[in-house]
Amino acid sequence: MTASSTLRAVLKQPSGVVGVALVVAHVTMALVAPMIVPHNPTLQSAGAILQAPSWTHPFGTDRLGRDLLSRALLGGREAMLIATLSTVAAMLWGAMLGLFVALQGGRTDAYVMRIVDAMVSIPWVLMVMIFVAALGVGARALIPVLGFSYGLSVVYIARAAALDFVARDFVLAAQARGERRVTILWREILPNVRDTLAVQGAMQWSWILLGISSLSFLGLGVAPPAPDWGLMIADGRGIMQAAPWTVLWPMAMLSSLIVGVNLAADAIAKALGVDRTFGVAAP
Amino acid sequence: MPRKIAGRLAAAWITLVVIAVVVFVGVELMPGDACTAHLGRDAARAEMLTACRDRMGLDRPPVERFALWAADLAHGDLGVSMKRERPILGIVGPRARNTLILAGAAALAGVPLAILLGFLCGLRREGPFDIVTSTVALVAMTMPEFVVASLLILIFAIWLGWSTGVVTAAYDAPALTLLLATPLPAITLALVYIAHILRMVRSSVIDTVGADFVLMARMKGVPERRIVLRHILPNAILPSISLIGLTLAWLLSGVVIVESVFNYPGIGRLAVNAVADRDLPLIQAIALLFGLFYVLTTLVSDLVAMALNPRLRSLRG
Amino acid sequence: MRLLSVAGLTLARAAGPVGRPVVVDAGVVLGPAQTLGIAGESGCGKSTLLLALMGIVKPGLRVAAGQVWLDGTDILSAPAEDQRRLRGPVVALVPQSAALSLTPTMRIGAQLAEALAVHGRLAPAARPARVQDLLARVRLPDPARIGHRYPHELSGGQMQRVAIAMALACKPRLLLLDEPTSGLDASTQSGILDLLDTLRRETGMAMVCVSHDIGVLARLTARIAVMYAGRIVEDRPVGAFLRHPAHPYARALLASVPRIAALVLPLSIPGRPPAPGSVEQGCAFVPRCVRSGADCVTVPAFRDVASGGRVACHAPDEGPLILPAARTGATGAVRGDGVLIVRDLMVRYGKAGPLARLVGRPAPPAVVDGVSFTLAKGEILGRVGESGSGKSTILRAVAGLWPRSAGVVTLAGSGELAAQTVQRDRRALQRVQVVFQNPDASLNPRQSVREILAQPLRLYFNATPAEVERQGRDLLADVRLDPSYLDGRPGQLSGGERQRVALARAFAARPDVILCDEVTSALDVSVQASVLSLIRALCRTRGTACLFVAHDLAVVAALCDRVAVLHMGRIAEEGPATLICTAPRHAYTRSLIEIAQRNAAFGEDPEPLPS
Repeated sequence: MTASSTLRAVLKQPSGVVGVALVVAHVTMALVAPMIVPHNPTLQSAGAILQAPSWTHPFGTDRLGRDLLSRALLGGREAMLIATLSTVAAMLWGAMLGLFVALQGGRTDAYVMRIVDAMVSIPWVLMVMIFVAALGVGARALIPVLGFSYGLSVVYIARAAALDFVARDFVLAAQARGERRVTILWREILPNVRDTLAVQGAMQWSWILLGISSLSFLGLGVAPPAPDWGLMIADGRGIMQAAPWTVLWPMAMLSSLIVGVNLAADAIAKALGVDRTFGVAAP
Repeated sequence: MPRKIAGRLAAAWITLVVIAVVVFVGVELMPGDACTAHLGRDAARAEMLTACRDRMGLDRPPVERFALWAADLAHGDLGVSMKRERPILGIVGPRARNTLILAGAAALAGVPLAILLGFLCGLRREGPFDIVTSTVALVAMTMPEFVVASLLILIFAIWLGWSTGVVTAAYDAPALTLLLATPLPAITLALVYIAHILRMVRSSVIDTVGADFVLMARMKGVPERRIVLRHILPNAILPSISLIGLTLAWLLSGVVIVESVFNYPGIGRLAVNAVADRDLPLIQAIALLFGLFYVLTTLVSDLVAMALNPRLRSLRG
Repeated sequence: MRLLSVAGLTLARAAGPVGRPVVVDAGVVLGPAQTLGIAGESGCGKSTLLLALMGIVKPGLRVAAGQVWLDGTDILSAPAEDQRRLRGPVVALVPQSAALSLTPTMRIGAQLAEALAVHGRLAPAARPARVQDLLARVRLPDPARIGHRYPHELSGGQMQRVAIAMALACKPRLLLLDEPTSGLDASTQSGILDLLDTLRRETGMAMVCVSHDIGVLARLTARIAVMYAGRIVEDRPVGAFLRHPAHPYARALLASVPRIAALVLPLSIPGRPPAPGSVEQGCAFVPRCVRSGADCVTVPAFRDVASGGRVACHAPDEGPLILPAARTGATGAVRGDGVLIVRDLMVRYGKAGPLARLVGRPAPPAVVDGVSFTLAKGEILGRVGESGSGKSTILRAVAGLWPRSAGVVTLAGSGELAAQTVQRDRRALQRVQVVFQNPDASLNPRQSVREILAQPLRLYFNATPAEVERQGRDLLADVRLDPSYLDGRPGQLSGGERQRVALARAFAARPDVILCDEVTSALDVSVQASVLSLIRALCRTRGTACLFVAHDLAVVAALCDRVAVLHMGRIAEEGPATLICTAPRHAYTRSLIEIAQRNAAFGEDPEPLPS
């Protein structure tokens, strides 16, 4: 299926329309926001602490007097950038290893998957925390770590998808011809798993974004005073009762983006006829 | 059959060993070591660093240290915490118990509910119940734990005042006290994996409903209700059991965040503190413990699947 | 009263563009204890019709017209409860794949008891005895205990018998059979057919059987209906039909069945059946019919045939069935020097590691046990045997796709061939090519035909895109496909066309040896014939030697110069095809010939073979 026919099929489904709309809205906002924010997002103002939503501050202000609308509009940018780079890293190394191991089979498959099993058993949060503790906070540390941790589950998905095809006669025929392994992976298997991986990539992106927000929440992700949804929620948590708007806006932004991506990914999966993996590593 | 069980146990054991190796190697690869991490700025002072390293035995070659560590583990000795200067076992023990209470509560309440909902959704596919439930599940799946946690605190603790929100019990409080503190954190934890399991079971049910043997049962004249209970139910649920175990194991790592948000005294919260303290031996032990949780959960679910699924039981299958 | 009466039944697609209906205007009448066979190739609608006879409309289809009256009830529009009550006591189905139709989580005894329980037959206490009785009736071993087993613990043939027992449980008056012998070995097939025949005579059931294999229908039923493109085109008593089929399609169909008595390539039918999306315009067979005329723009009505039955054709052929003349002498192949020499080939499944050997555990059984043969240049060598005889394994071991435990494979001019493809050099790989069985799986669905043909051209000859284009066209012409197919994808091709592309791909490498692994087993009979003739033509013109593996002796004998019969991993007998089939020495060969004879007992006075 071509890109345009896929898009049309996606837009035929109500979930697809909602999902795509949300994603497009967020991406546009992220790109355009710096030009349209009404206030400087990091400007603190002692006189304007914790103001409820008003005309000057439609989303209200936080406990340092910063305008929440500006911070909310900009809050996704850094996280989305880190998420995109991490997703690319995760998909690349995860897919390569998964496909290779599926084709190799035998002992290589068994040994490698045992090691992957072991690494998956350690919560990614813990791994990230350890790395951050050692290397310091910031994108430089986050991207490789996130790419590595999330790539682990991609290994499972890529392997499972490839196994489906590895047993088929056309792969056997290629082996019988004497084609090199790399050629077989690239020409025979990859085109057939491309769709599954594409859907998986979209979902990974949403989870990594979630992960970054969680890390920001814990103080290990995006560094203050940059605006970030996770940070904003962490900031406002203590004063939720008095000033709920400090947490509700960032929550709404974050959730709408994640839900949008997942709805879109679901619709794409249906359009491409991909067997929707349940989003969990399945060895 | 006993051979298969033995095989599965052996595999679990091997995975555990690999985890230990991976954890050890991971910590080794990082810049610095337990002492530089612990001493922080003081590490610049050579005599303090040397003294610390001597004490911890860090001057010995890595393989030897790994062997010693593994030997200690076999005896149940997890080492000594640098920050707190107490045996780790004593620190980790009660907190592990607490996390088990939390996770257990979440699993026991959540898994049956998830299976039931998934089953109903799959049977009435694309019907109103399915659409509503699946959408709610999708939204629940995509909300980060800390968002859910904060929302729950907002609703139940602040607005409704039903609960204290943040947990105030100490780590060594009696089990019952802790159990009573679990509702909000358990719901947070469970929400995500209920959604995952629900979708999984739903998918399995949809596949089963279209299977040839279900059509065959209809052609035999079996009434619909019996078809659902005796033909669809076992064949939809059984293959999912292993996968359910895997999902549980995978998502239980969410305890780190959930316990932090609710201040629940489990090993998740301990892990965050350990990282903040740069207490490497403690971090190492906790990572290993998480690995153990994971291996045990998957092992139990695989064994349950083997016990219930006739195909996995027989020698041929 | 008629037991079964179908009138004007039309089943069309429920959604999507209105195309050709799957079943069109079908009419069937059956009385108690009568039998009917429905013949046709894949896509003709026979299975759909069969299911409709018990009121089941496949998902995605709807009843556009007509009714099915079963024992006085209009089963298609009856309420669900009435339908349920008829299924089991009045009509029962033996499905095509027993393995998929038995619930994996229930013991087979329980599934049989369920069939009794849901219709309130027998008191619960009496049911176990009846279950055991049923299991004994279908000749399953150890009926007392086999009921405790789960479906996956039984063999294919055993599962099929269980399915039959389940159908018989409530003593139905009409038994429906959907390809009762598909997927089974030849010898198992015989057993099942004998059983069905006996049961029918004992119980007096009426039977409707669907099969693509006319031999099976001839064995079981007294009347045959032939379907093409959703319509019944001929409905005749079996004897008259086999001697004088009237419809041009039926005649061509019979002529395309390989006959062991003739040992000659059967005739194929040019073209392919109408696509499901096309619109009906007159008789559907016109594009492929040798007798079509001006009348055929309208759908033909039924007319009676002198020897009994009726046919829907404007120009039925009332003459005797014309079959290709039997082969008299050698095939005309010139036997050159040996190009592929295999000595003492041995293949075992699984490996006994050194530890096991120490403990004294016996080595796993040999699937191929010391096989030696020589394939001469330009020769077509056939290998026939049942599943488990090792015939495919030999081929794969020679190709380097399966590790061999012992033995030497030599390719004249390239020396000894290594055991695995990764160890062989490119020249050796180029000279030996493989064609696989399953047309659905042997071509990459994501590649165009051009891409598929380009692979070997690039790999062995470093062909440029221009050369790929030119040679691609030539290759397609050789396999009798239009050059426009270069842009097509496997999904758009029929099974026969895909196998031709697979052949083209193999010949693109200009090999000296071609290994064909059951390449026609998954194809319809009429399509098989064209692929067989293609293989012979290609091998003869290019002087390529061919090792042809199949389970059907008639097919192998028709195509090949020499034949080897495999039994339990060893060559039971080997020799020229004519000799093997006229003067077999091994008992196993004789049994294969018997089965093949029975499957093709039609036409005027088939030559009797000495037993």
